[in-house]
Amino acid sequence: MTTTVWIILAGAVLTYLSRIGGHLVLSRFERVHPRVEASLNAVPAAVLTTLIAPAAYHGGAAEIAALVVAGIVGWRSGMMTMFVIGAAVLVAGRNLL
Amino acid sequence: MPTYEGGMSFAQEFARGMRKSPPVVLSSAPFGLLFGALAVDNGFSVGEAVLMSATVYAGASQMVGLDLFGQHVAPWLIALSIFAVNFRHVLYSAAVGRRVPHWAPAQRAFGFFFLVDPQYAEAERKAENGERVTFAWFMGMATPIYVCWVTEAWIGASFGSLIPNTYALGLDFLLPIYFLGLVLSFRTRPLWLPIVVTSAVASIAAYEAIGSPWHVTVGAAAGMALAAFMPVTGNGDGEDVA
Repeated sequence: MTTTVWIILAGAVLTYLSRIGGHLVLSRFERVHPRVEASLNAVPAAVLTTLIAPAAYHGGAAEIAALVVAGIVGWRSGMMTMFVIGAAVLVAGRNLL
Repeated sequence: MPTYEGGMSFAQEFARGMRKSPPVVLSSAPFGLLFGALAVDNGFSVGEAVLMSATVYAGASQMVGLDLFGQHVAPWLIALSIFAVNFRHVLYSAAVGRRVPHWAPAQRAFGFFFLVDPQYAEAERKAENGERVTFAWFMGMATPIYVCWVTEAWIGASFGSLIPNTYALGLDFLLPIYFLGLVLSFRTRPLWLPIVVTSAVASIAAYEAIGSPWHVTVGAAAGMALAAFMPVTGNGDGEDVA
């Protein structure tokens, strides 16, 4: 097998361990401490924000405009509407600005 | 037909799960195709690109892996970087694990392989709405997303050079918009705004100081630490996030 295949398989094993590991480790505890619970509840917003913020920070006018408009639309309506409108603003901004 | 849970058959639950997949399939399709195209561009064969999408099955980390591979970084460091980007799944699996005590061990071992960001978010949202997260529903959502993701790697790798101006089409920036939608869906949770602001600032600082992929781990840890050290205000269960 090539080095590439080994890298892929090592990455795959580590990724699977991350997906099963949290459950296997945490299920050993009878009761979850409220602060652990609070930090677990913070996970989705915290993690997903890290996938947005640096991209926004390095984005130009079109990218910022797309996120702002998508954010405003998303506050009032559903996921698909905000995604389509955000993408439309992005494409318009990149081609017109 | 035997009933599965709550009077629903396995097929009905599976079909209900499948209905959650189209937005994810549509929004991830550009990245699945882009991954395939970039993989070949960085020296992967078509088979290796498909193998990576099929076994790692985590978009952002696959892109990071490709990027480092193209820079001829040491193999162990590439694998470690993939793990760093995907470390958040430890937290997803811990959270979803609490929602599925009724799954058999084999179902968990199999199902948790498919625990990507939107899969986690939808499972968590379903549980918060007081609904049971069944294995059939979970796999119903996961199957189309997985099959399309792997197929896209093959298409992207095979025809990658034919994609026209991807910048003008905005392909590279669709994922942040999609992630923003997911973040907004959690806005009724306790401390949502302070957590988002903290994670945003920490991830940008880490991105500038240490670089990708550590901004994910550092930013998430900062938001979680804030939540852990603030006065406990409730667990956020039972709130409508639609």
